[in-house]
Amino acid sequence: MNADLVILLISLGISFVLLVLGWIVGRAREQAHMRDLDAREAAAREVLLTGLRSFPLGADPRHGAVLVSGECVIATDYFKTFAASLKKIFGGELTSFETLMDRARREATMRMVEQARQMGYDAVCNVRLEGVDISGTGTNPQAQAMAAATVFGTAYKRAV
Amino acid sequence: MIVVNTETLPGMRIVQVKGIVQGNTVRAKHLGRDIAAGFKNLVGGELHGYTELLTEARREAMERMLAQAQQLQANAVLNVRFSTSSVTQGAAEIYAYGTAVWVEPEAPAVPPPPRF
Repeated sequence: MNADLVILLISLGISFVLLVLGWIVGRAREQAHMRDLDAREAAAREVLLTGLRSFPLGADPRHGAVLVSGECVIATDYFKTFAASLKKIFGGELTSFETLMDRARREATMRMVEQARQMGYDAVCNVRLEGVDISGTGTNPQAQAMAAATVFGTAYKRAV
Repeated sequence: MIVVNTETLPGMRIVQVKGIVQGNTVRAKHLGRDIAAGFKNLVGGELHGYTELLTEARREAMERMLAQAQQLQANAVLNVRFSTSSVTQGAAEIYAYGTAVWVEPEAPAVPPPPRF
């Protein structure tokens, strides 16, 4: 048997194993994270989240207001990276990365909301989301994809 | 020190505007974290090391901004914003800026003068 063929088969085998591993583990982790987010969002539903610059529903001056923030960085998986690189040949929607960005933003937002709740506040206004290029894809296109989100807002106690 | 990203504060009025204050920090992740992230990028999940890095960076930038506000003898920083930029591969800048002011509680409603 040709030595080159053996090396080719081994490298193809490793890629295949990683692909299957990424698909199974990555998907399980993503679904578990989504369920966790759904539950936490439901639990924190009474917190009024707005992007308005003033204090909707009025703020109780006795409790003041404070800056709260959250951040989250989520890794991609081998399957997502592979699916995206295939999709990039034809162009269009990269669904696998959409959910990744979505998870990072929701997780960061929930951390901010939970921080506000812990401090006894029931509303956060002027919520601002910001992406961070932590992987270095902005300066190096070869860098691995990574979803990073930071979010901040002003927590206050509703007057009504 | 009161820190918010709104332009006003409930029950307070701005007495004096001290000016803009800012703080920045450029942070890089260390090689060990890069290697760990490389493995995490195979199976997915949260990169806790990088999340921590962002939290620390934001805190540091805020602290530098607050130190400036203290020097200006302000008691509040309003309309705080964060901005990020990628300086070089594997390093990110977090920049915090806001307006330092002196606030005082709004005068309570004047009680009616006693009647005799």
